[in-house]
Amino acid sequence: MSENKKLSIIVFSGDFDRLTAAFTLATGAAAVGYEVNLFFTFWGLNAIKQKKGRSFVGGSFLTKIFGFLMGGLHNTPTSRFNFWGLGPKIFRHLMRKNNVATLEELVEAAIALGINLYACEMAMHVLGLKQSDFIHEVKDTLGVATFLELSEGGRTMFI
Amino acid sequence: MATHVLDITNEHCPMTLVKTKLKLAQIPAGDILEVLLTEGEPLNNLPRSAREQGYNVLDVSHVEGKIHKVTIQKSV
Repeated sequence: MSENKKLSIIVFSGDFDRLTAAFTLATGAAAVGYEVNLFFTFWGLNAIKQKKGRSFVGGSFLTKIFGFLMGGLHNTPTSRFNFWGLGPKIFRHLMRKNNVATLEELVEAAIALGINLYACEMAMHVLGLKQSDFIHEVKDTLGVATFLELSEGGRTMFI
Repeated sequence: MATHVLDITNEHCPMTLVKTKLKLAQIPAGDILEVLLTEGEPLNNLPRSAREQGYNVLDVSHVEGKIHKVTIQKSV
């Protein structure tokens, strides 16, 4: 039974709503006894940056600008109804009002539950990010082959 | 052996499960956790999930209205 209780999610999106879905699934699964792996790539890497606001993280001039424009967890836009950044504020308000966990609370819960967080080596290279730019709970930086090995025998999702 | 109480009647998915899991991890082995929860998703899943994870579900009882109490013992 427990051998197959494994969920691996490729977190590609850096959208507030999609990240909320990914972290909801991840924390819920971990809470019912699943081993959970989150593999962050491309826009998804914004969710695990140590600096949660805007900062010039990156290697070159161009990636530093990208880093600033993308920002961290607090700057994630909604995929619809973003309204130039107002959308996520409205959704956070609605979530608090209805006593639903906010994205930040879900990330904290994921860490408390010991969910495995991994960063994609290739995307980090493109965006000029180092493992030290991420929260220290990120276990490792991986490539496709290691991800496939880690996720084998469980369920895999792409968000 | 102590008894702890966790009220998740105002929580929603996935925090109902998350808070229970974290509380069970926190209490010493042998202790009892009484979880107050509502009908539907939490009542349908929490006792089963606790059993699957090796905890002893001692009792599931109706408190009032839509509120139920699940008594779980953390295995030694």
